[in-house]
Amino acid sequence: MKSFLGFVRKEALHLLRDRQTLAILLLLPVIQVLIFGFAVRTDVREIAIVIVDPTPDLATLELRDRVAASDRFRVVRVAPSTSQLDAQFRASMVRQALVLPRDVARRIGRGDSLPVQLLTDGSDPNTGGIMQGYATAIVQRWYADLAPSRASLQIQALSRMRYNPTLESSHLFVPGLIAFVLTIVSAMMTAISITREKETGTMEMLLVSPIRPAAIVAGKVTPYVALGFLSVLLVLIVARVVFEVPLRGSLALLLAESGLYIVTALALGILISTQAPTQRTAMIFALAGLMMPTLLLSGFIFPLDSLPVWLRTISYVVPARWFLIVVRGIMIKGAGLATLWQETLVLVGMTTFLLLAGSRKLAIRLG
Amino acid sequence: MSEYAIEAQQLSRRFGKFTAVDAISFQVRPGEVFGFLGANGAGKTTAIRMLIGLLAPTSGSARVAGYDILTQAEQVRRRIGYMSQRFSLYEDLTVRENITLYGGIYGVSDQDIVRRTEEILGRIGLSEPASRELVRDIPLGWKQQLAFCVALLHRPGVVFLDEPTGGVDPITRRRFWELIYETAAAGTSVLVTTHYLDEAEYCNRISIMVNGAIAAMGAPAEVRTRFGAETLDQVFLRLTRPGTAA
Repeated sequence: MKSFLGFVRKEALHLLRDRQTLAILLLLPVIQVLIFGFAVRTDVREIAIVIVDPTPDLATLELRDRVAASDRFRVVRVAPSTSQLDAQFRASMVRQALVLPRDVARRIGRGDSLPVQLLTDGSDPNTGGIMQGYATAIVQRWYADLAPSRASLQIQALSRMRYNPTLESSHLFVPGLIAFVLTIVSAMMTAISITREKETGTMEMLLVSPIRPAAIVAGKVTPYVALGFLSVLLVLIVARVVFEVPLRGSLALLLAESGLYIVTALALGILISTQAPTQRTAMIFALAGLMMPTLLLSGFIFPLDSLPVWLRTISYVVPARWFLIVVRGIMIKGAGLATLWQETLVLVGMTTFLLLAGSRKLAIRLG
Repeated sequence: MSEYAIEAQQLSRRFGKFTAVDAISFQVRPGEVFGFLGANGAGKTTAIRMLIGLLAPTSGSARVAGYDILTQAEQVRRRIGYMSQRFSLYEDLTVRENITLYGGIYGVSDQDIVRRTEEILGRIGLSEPASRELVRDIPLGWKQQLAFCVALLHRPGVVFLDEPTGGVDPITRRRFWELIYETAAAGTSVLVTTHYLDEAEYCNRISIMVNGAIAAMGAPAEVRTRFGAETLDQVFLRLTRPGTAA
């Protein structure tokens, strides 16, 4: 026990004296939240829109007002015809165009059909879909208000997004970011710090000594567990203060689940370190083998539903996928263990398997 | 049980078809300085790695500090010291922190760590302020001496030194050998590998490994006489390059 504590102390000193790395590790969560919060957003604001209104009347004025009043849209201009639309789309001056027919008010009065054309820049399909949704909602609402008798005959779906009514993307990325940051701090740093000792030759000294390999590994990872928790708290604080991301569930449960995921990541790091001969290889393994799946196959950036079946199958073995469901559940829906026990169990199973595999590999290497 | 500090019997290690160490047998007495000589790739390091428990032998057996390396590895680990070819202290810890860490790992009591730290500093002539500096910042000669003293911190019965004087200046090398003699005089057996044949003359006994086997063994003078050579250099050349007349 004493030798273990001495070992933890040593590892903490390594970490504290490497100021640059420590600064990066502490700033990383903060910067990531800010970048994702401000720059990478999937909710769209200030969509440049052109309204083509060949014959302005009271009805179309009302629609124009409604579009202009929404902070989703910025009306670039109101045009009499579609003649310049192509050029404007190509120059990225506009991203959407709402093309109205002639004599709108009269058509509504007569009860004629009202063909409205909505053109959307589809070069980014995700945002395109979102923009289309916004515009359609406004048009439908406007039509229902102007022609209540006709609208009442139709089936009307009143949609409301639960848990995130304004569709703030920051609510969705913070959980993913927690998984991402923990993968870097726990898995990559563990892998690097163990391979570093292999490279410098100090690992040999430790293996010759009576200290057990399990104690070496436990001593090495302890400071990174602490650093992992610190990162989670940093992400939560920045997300709360800057982006008002809610934490609807229990903080204790969130930290406990994060603790579980930290151990998962550490086990992955240990496994990498048994395979990688140098720090550089360890880093590449961690980047390609852990970071990419965490970003791409966990549902963090791309929704899992939009993945092809074979990729979705692979995603089942990505621990971050399960952790993400848990964190989103706790933070956004306020879910408890009663609903999240299955995902938790999957993570526990994965962690146990990884720890066993890691220690087995470690034992083989020593033999 | 065993009167020898190291006793190897038919110790072998094969890597695939390549035999790195070929059935070597030798004994090292308590308090003896035993030189392990051989060209690069002759199998010295592989032999040492088996004796200190980093590598399992393919066949044969050995006892180190009275315990079997296969069945009693734990006891062996407590009773040996090791200084590797590569520098083995933590560069980003201070001299004192390194000593405390290794003391803790070997289960040396706190009082003993404090006492032995002062002993070590006195022994290698490192000043109080220097002892609080990072190991990275002290001269190489001191680092090597420090690494040696750290390997002896838990008072092992046998210490293994794998090319301890590589890359140090002649004065430090001399000082280093004084440390080795002091250690042996105190009863600790020293097994040392070296490239420098003048250093081999300082050993009580030497063995010269060629292609994984021990080609010659005995006191340096004995070995020279047996080969009718004036220096160990000549013996070494004749063994490693049989075609050349030395």
